[in-house]
Amino acid sequence: MMRNSLSKFGQAIKLPGLSFGLAFTLTGFIIAFSDSKVLSKIGSPLEFIKSAGATAGNAYLALFQGSIFDINLTKSHNFFQGFYPLSETIVIATPLILTGLSVALAFKSGLFNIGAQGQFIFGAIGASYVGFHFHLPLVIHVIAAALAGMALASIWGGAVGLLKAKTGAHEVILTIMMNYIAGYFILWTLKTSQFLRPGRIDPIAPEVNQSARLPLLAGANLRIHAGIFIALAAALFVWWLLTKTTIGYKFRAVGANGQAAKTAGISVPFVLTATMAICGALAGLGGAVQVLGSEHALNADIAGSFGFDAITVALLGRAQPLGTVFAALLFGALHAGGRTMQSNTGVPLDIVLVTQALIVLFIAAPTFVRFIFRLKKLNSSAGLTSKGWNG
Amino acid sequence: MSLELRGITKTFGSFIANDEINLRVETGQIHAILGENGAGKSTLMNIVYGLLKADSGELLVDEKIINISEPSDALSAGIGMVHQHFMLIPVFTVAENIVLGHEKTGKFGALDIETARSAIREVSKDFGFEVDPDAIVETLPVGIQQKVEIIRALIYEAKVLILDEPTAVLTPQETDELLKTMRELKAKGTSIIFITHKLREVREVADQITIIRRGKVVGAVSPQTSEGELASLMVGRTVDLAPEKIKHKVGEPILVAKDLTVRDALGNAVVKKVNFHVNEGEVLAVAGVQGNGQSELARALINLEDHVEGSILLGGNELRGKSIYASLHAGIAFIPESRELDGLVGSFSIAENLILDLHDQAPYTKGITLSAGVVLAEAEKKVKEFDIRSQSVSDAVSTLSGGNKQKVVIARELSRPVKVLVASQPTRGLDVGSIEFVHERILAERDAGRGVILFSTELDEVMALADRIAVMYRGEILDIVDSKVTREELGLLMAGVASKKASA
Repeated sequence: MMRNSLSKFGQAIKLPGLSFGLAFTLTGFIIAFSDSKVLSKIGSPLEFIKSAGATAGNAYLALFQGSIFDINLTKSHNFFQGFYPLSETIVIATPLILTGLSVALAFKSGLFNIGAQGQFIFGAIGASYVGFHFHLPLVIHVIAAALAGMALASIWGGAVGLLKAKTGAHEVILTIMMNYIAGYFILWTLKTSQFLRPGRIDPIAPEVNQSARLPLLAGANLRIHAGIFIALAAALFVWWLLTKTTIGYKFRAVGANGQAAKTAGISVPFVLTATMAICGALAGLGGAVQVLGSEHALNADIAGSFGFDAITVALLGRAQPLGTVFAALLFGALHAGGRTMQSNTGVPLDIVLVTQALIVLFIAAPTFVRFIFRLKKLNSSAGLTSKGWNG
Repeated sequence: MSLELRGITKTFGSFIANDEINLRVETGQIHAILGENGAGKSTLMNIVYGLLKADSGELLVDEKIINISEPSDALSAGIGMVHQHFMLIPVFTVAENIVLGHEKTGKFGALDIETARSAIREVSKDFGFEVDPDAIVETLPVGIQQKVEIIRALIYEAKVLILDEPTAVLTPQETDELLKTMRELKAKGTSIIFITHKLREVREVADQITIIRRGKVVGAVSPQTSEGELASLMVGRTVDLAPEKIKHKVGEPILVAKDLTVRDALGNAVVKKVNFHVNEGEVLAVAGVQGNGQSELARALINLEDHVEGSILLGGNELRGKSIYASLHAGIAFIPESRELDGLVGSFSIAENLILDLHDQAPYTKGITLSAGVVLAEAEKKVKEFDIRSQSVSDAVSTLSGGNKQKVVIARELSRPVKVLVASQPTRGLDVGSIEFVHERILAERDAGRGVILFSTELDEVMALADRIAVMYRGEILDIVDSKVTREELGLLMAGVASKKASA
C-alpha cells in the first residue's frame, strides 16, 4: 500500500519535476549566452564553456543565497539570520499558496479562474478596513479582519459563478474583466476619505492596528509570520473539501463530466456559484494575509502579481492542494532569490520570469517533455481538466 | 474475383485482435462476417482495405498473393469498402464526392465532372438506383447516401465490396432495399463481404457465414443455421434471444404526457404536441428512425430539456418545469442514450458513479461529509447484484467494458424508489450477453409493476419487449399500436406512412 502510494506520488511529480529541470537548464544557457563577457570568449571553446558555466553557476548560487540560506548573513549577524532568505521565500509564498489554491479548486470544478487577482484585491480591502477602522481584542481582531476580506472576495468571486450559471457567460472573460474593475476600484478606494491615511496624499491606507496583525514567528528581524499556517490550513481544508465532503464530490463530478452530473440531478448552477464563492474566499484570504501579515497597510500595488502567478502555481501543482503548496514555495524562492541574483551578479530579475514562463510552457506541452525524456504516456487521470470556450 | 485471407494475425501490444484468421470469399458470393463488438471484425477489414498492416499472414486475389499497404493498393486490386460512417462531404454534390481523390482536369485546369456524371447515371441505370449526380449529399436520405458510397466503389471497379455494418443507420425499408441491391450486385458477379451483428439479415442474404469471437474464427456455417445457434457461436454460450414475457394484468396509467412540445435552442419544435401514457406493469416502446425527436422526448421526461410545453403527470403530479433532481426523486429512473457522456463520470470510480444521484442522501452522507465506508459497502452489494465485472469498486469506471458500464448506470438508476423507468437506447453498442441482461432487467421492472418507456431504434428489441409501440416520425407520434403489429407495418410507420387506424 505504502509502496503503491509512493509510486503514485512519483508519477504525479515526474512531469512537473522534469519540466522544472528542463526550464532551469535552458535558463542557464540563456544567462550564459546573454552575458557579454562570456560571448567575448567565443573564439576559444574551452574558455567559452568554462566562462559560461561559471556565469550560470554564479547566478544560480546567488539565487540559492537569496532564497534559502546565506552564509554571509550568519557572519555579519548570527547563525539564525542566515535563514533570512528562507523567511523571505515563505513570506512571498504564503499569499501565493492561497491564490494558487483558489485557481486549483476552480480547476477541479472544470472552471478556469483567472480572477484570483481581483479577488485578492477585495480580500485586501476588506481586511485593511476592519484592521485599521475598528478596535477589537487581540485574536478576535485578526479573525474579524480576515473574515471581512474573505466575505468581500467571496461575493466578488461568487458573482462570476452566478453569472456563468444564469447567462452562460464564460468565466475566463468575466474574471479577466473583473480583474480590471478590481484594479481600478482599489485606486478609487484609496482616494476616499475613509481610506486615505491622514497627512498623506499618495494612495496608501492607514496601517492596521497592532491587534489585527498576524504575529511574527521568528522575532523582529525575520519577516516570516503566522500567515503560512493559515495557508497550510487552507490547503488542508481544500483537500478535505474535495475528497471527504458531499459538496466536494459535486464539484469534482461537475468538473469531470458536467453533463453526467446534471443528468443525475446535481445542480450545476449551484456548483458553479459555490465553487467560485469559495475560490474567491481563498484568494481573498490571500489578500487579507498579505495586509495583516506583511504589508500592514493597503496600497495600490498590494496584489503585485499574486493573482496571475497563482495560475502558474496551480498548473505546476497539478491542481492538487499539496502540489500547489510546493509550487508556491518554489515560486516564492524564485522571486526572493531573483532579487539577490540581480544585485549580486547583475543578471536581471526578469530572467526569473523567463524561467517561470518556460516551466509553464513545458507543463502545458507534456508531449514535448515526454518526447525529450522518452517517457511513456502517463495515466490520463493525472491530467488537468480545464475546458475550452464551450465548456 | 475471389479473395482469400490466410493466417492473418494482428496484435496491439499484448492484445491479439486477429489470431490466424482464414477466410475465403468466392466470386459472386455474399460472405457474412458475424461477431460481437470488439470481436475483431473491423480490424480484419481494415487490414484487407490497407488501413492497418497485419503482423503475419497473406492476402490472395484470384489465387495470387497481393501486397496491400494502403487503401489505394486495395482499390487497384479491386477491393472497395463502404464504411459504417460515410466518407462523404455533406456540402458537395454526389458527382463531386465521387471524383474526390480521383479528380481529372480538362482545359485550363477545370475540373472534369461530366465524366463522373455520366458514369453515375450508367451505374444507377444498371442497378436501378435513383441517384441524381447533382444532388447535394446532405439533402439526401441516409439510404441514398449509402448508395452513393456503393456507386463510388463500383465506378472504381470494385470486384469485392466490403460493407461495414451497413444497416445500422437504415430504416427497415431501406434495409430491405439494401439487401435487394446486394443480391443484384452478386448476380452481376461482385463479391460482397457483409459485416454485421444482426442475425436476421445475415440469414436472409448471406451465402456463407464466418463467425469471429475474440479474434478467432469460431465457425463457418451456412445461412440455414438458426438464429439461436448463430448467437451462441457469437457469444460462446447459449443465449436467450427472445426473453420470455409473462402475461399479466396491466395496472393504472402511471405516467401521462399531454400535448408535450419540446423546442431546440432556436425555437424549432423537435417534439410536436405528443400525447401518450404508460401503465403500471407495461412496456411502452417508442420506435422510430434515429433523429425523429425520440432523444429529446426522453430527455424532456426528466426535465433535461430547457424549452418544454405541455404536461408530464407522474401518478397525477405535474413534473414539467420541476428540476431534474425533483423528477428523478419523484420516481423516474433514467438510462440516458449515451452512457459515456450523460450516464457516467469516466474518471470517477465505480463506487462514486453508483452514488451520483444519491450522494447527498442518507446513508451515504453524514452531515456534510461522505461516508466512504458505506459508499464502498453499498457498491460491493450493487456489483454483486448486477454482476458488474471489475477488479475493484475503486477502479475508474472508464476502464470497464460497455456492457459493464451500462450495468453501473442501471444499478444506480434502479437504486431509488422507481415508478417509471425511462430507457433511451439502452442496448446501443452492447454485446449480445449484455443486451440479454438489459432486456431481462427491463422486463423484471415491468413484471414488478413499474411503467417502462423504452426508446429504441432497434426493431427487434422493440418487438421483443414492448406491450404497446408508439412510432415517432418528425417529432410526432404517428400511431400507438399493440405489439402484435408486423415488422412491415411498423416499418411503414417508421418511414412516415400513417396507418389506416391513425388516419381514420
